[in-house]
Amino acid sequence: MNGSGTSAALAIETSGLTKRFGRQTAVGSLDLAVPHGSVFGFLGPNGSGKTTTIRVMLGLAGASSGRVRIFGQEMPGHLRSVLPQVGALIEGPAFYPFLSGASNLHRLDTADRHAPAATRRRRVGEALERVGLTHAANKKVRAYSLGMKQRLGIANALLMPRQLLVLDEPTNGLDPQGTREVRSLVRSLAGEGTTVFVSSHLLSEVEQICSHAAVMSAGKLVAQGTLDELRRVGLTHLSIQTPDAEAAWGVLRRLGLEPDGSEAAFDGQVSTPMNRPELLPEDIAAALVADGVRLRGFVVEAGSLEDRYVELTGEGFDVVQ
Amino acid sequence: MSSDAQPVPAEADRQSPESVDRPVDRPVAGPAGRLAPATPENNRPSAGWALFGSELSVLFRRLRTWAMLLALAAVPVLIAVVVRLAADEGGPGGGPPFLNQITQNGLFVALTGLVVSIPLFLPLTISVVAGDTIAGEAGHGTLRYLLTAPAGRLRLLAVKYGAAVVFCVAAALAIVVAGAVIGTILFGTGPVTLLSGDTIGVGESLVRLLLVAAYVALSLAGLAAIGLFISTLTEVPVGAMATTAVLAVVTQIVGALPQLEWLHPWLFTHYWLSFADLLRQPISWDAFGANALLQGGYIAVFCALAYSRFSTKDVLS
Ligand SMILES: Nc1ncnc2c1ncn2[C@@H]1O[C@H](COP(=O)(O)OP(=O)(O)O)[C@@H](O)[C@H]1O
Ligand SMILES: [Mg+2]
Repeated sequence: MNGSGTSAALAIETSGLTKRFGRQTAVGSLDLAVPHGSVFGFLGPNGSGKTTTIRVMLGLAGASSGRVRIFGQEMPGHLRSVLPQVGALIEGPAFYPFLSGASNLHRLDTADRHAPAATRRRRVGEALERVGLTHAANKKVRAYSLGMKQRLGIANALLMPRQLLVLDEPTNGLDPQGTREVRSLVRSLAGEGTTVFVSSHLLSEVEQICSHAAVMSAGKLVAQGTLDELRRVGLTHLSIQTPDAEAAWGVLRRLGLEPDGSEAAFDGQVSTPMNRPELLPEDIAAALVADGVRLRGFVVEAGSLEDRYVELTGEGFDVVQ
Repeated sequence: MSSDAQPVPAEADRQSPESVDRPVDRPVAGPAGRLAPATPENNRPSAGWALFGSELSVLFRRLRTWAMLLALAAVPVLIAVVVRLAADEGGPGGGPPFLNQITQNGLFVALTGLVVSIPLFLPLTISVVAGDTIAGEAGHGTLRYLLTAPAGRLRLLAVKYGAAVVFCVAAALAIVVAGAVIGTILFGTGPVTLLSGDTIGVGESLVRLLLVAAYVALSLAGLAAIGLFISTLTEVPVGAMATTAVLAVVTQIVGALPQLEWLHPWLFTHYWLSFADLLRQPISWDAFGANALLQGGYIAVFCALAYSRFSTKDVLS
């Protein structure tokens, strides 16, 4: 990704980005490449380093090593010229509970020196309307529900026309209806040419809207690319029916695959993820036959993106720490 | 996860050919949507006074701020009422400076109110406001949104300190104004006999009162700078407030120990009660000058410390 010429087409580019908290490495040598105009899903289970990456990207925290470029400009050096073009929702919304929704937006808008005062009232109104909060504009944020606060946080990111939106778990706390609304909002913003970088721990929430995705696990980037590319690399699954299950298991191990189950419990069936992309199914079949394994069935199944995600990040509470 | 999974390189230029033409190198790009067209203002940042105005409005829209100002205003009112009731039963003796003059001239209620509030009440309210500056934003989580707006760390600190100083002025004025009003109502006003024995008219004495208020506000500005610095050290506003208040009290205790006399001129509380010079004819500016120098030093040092801490701080709240 460091090749010359590519930077200009990237909205966000990180290289070797590392952030340590004491001895713990929250983000380890991260190389992200977020193309201009993409809707980029930043996936990973809780604690995998998504929010930390976003904080470092936006200059809230310093990197331990590595660098970040937004629109080709070094961060945090060019923070003052870059950030006015970036709308952000970071680690959930945060507001003054004793002010109304509209006053909160008004307040945060004054912090941006590029936001013209003359249009402030109109822009606040439009942002509130865009997230469906017009009716609650004058209510104190203390009285907002979690979902309403989340919407207000998104409205804050939309106060000015933006080149880039960074949305950290934007659907947290939203009901299914709200989640759908956020999705269609992201779609319409992307349609206007805004690059959207959206993080989530749920693949299903972003799968429908993303053109690209990256997957984080325990602070490391484990996959990145267009959604199609991810699906293609997505581990296909091989299952074999054979009376010689034990022998088949041994062959698969020898080929460097990691078949499920142990030698003891086979029931005429062995299955394995195809975690060596260069190893073709036909070669596996040939190797099995050469070793005298009698094949009754040989099925190669493409995994869904969901399978791929689970495979990369671990399942349920069994996440990598 | 399995270590064999390989990152897929995103083929950026192939994916979005149209994006190559975008003016990515300009600091502020053109229209990004239909929401608002690019305006000339987009390219030229404003001076940024709006944030200061917003800071003041947030500060003075808080119930807490008004509760503190009201509590301060209640001090001279309480004094005046007590003195008025006691005066009917025979004159008081002892008590804080200026107390005995109250019955002769109501304007002295304001001075007595200040003298009584300076050791604890005033520093307490300043500690609340100054300790809240950065830590309060961190506690609410709004700090990350101010900084990504971007407010700029230096600008945010300046705005926060400016607002704290405005509160120092408001706090001193709350006592002086409330004292002058209640004193006039209960005891009336007239020509004031100064400490030097001279007598000045009501108009001139009001000017002197405002001068004393300015002196007290200046005294508190040093404490506000200390509070600002402490506020950058934590994400818990109550901790910053309490630390600042404790520091003000401890410093006064140290200032009262004769064994540490060599240290006294360096304590920010040293001149807090030395405003009597302003009540002489002609005015002696010595204490004012010395206090200004001392507070200026504290302000410079602690604002610099606050900046050096805050400019490199990881905002993780
Ligand atoms: N302020 C902090 N101090 C120490 N460790 C932190 C801090 N913030 C986050 N971490 C650690 O960094 C890792 C990544 O956290 P985070 O970026 O919030 O993950 P995500 O957003 O993907 O859920 C976690 O292991 C978390 O414990
Ligand atoms: Mg997070």
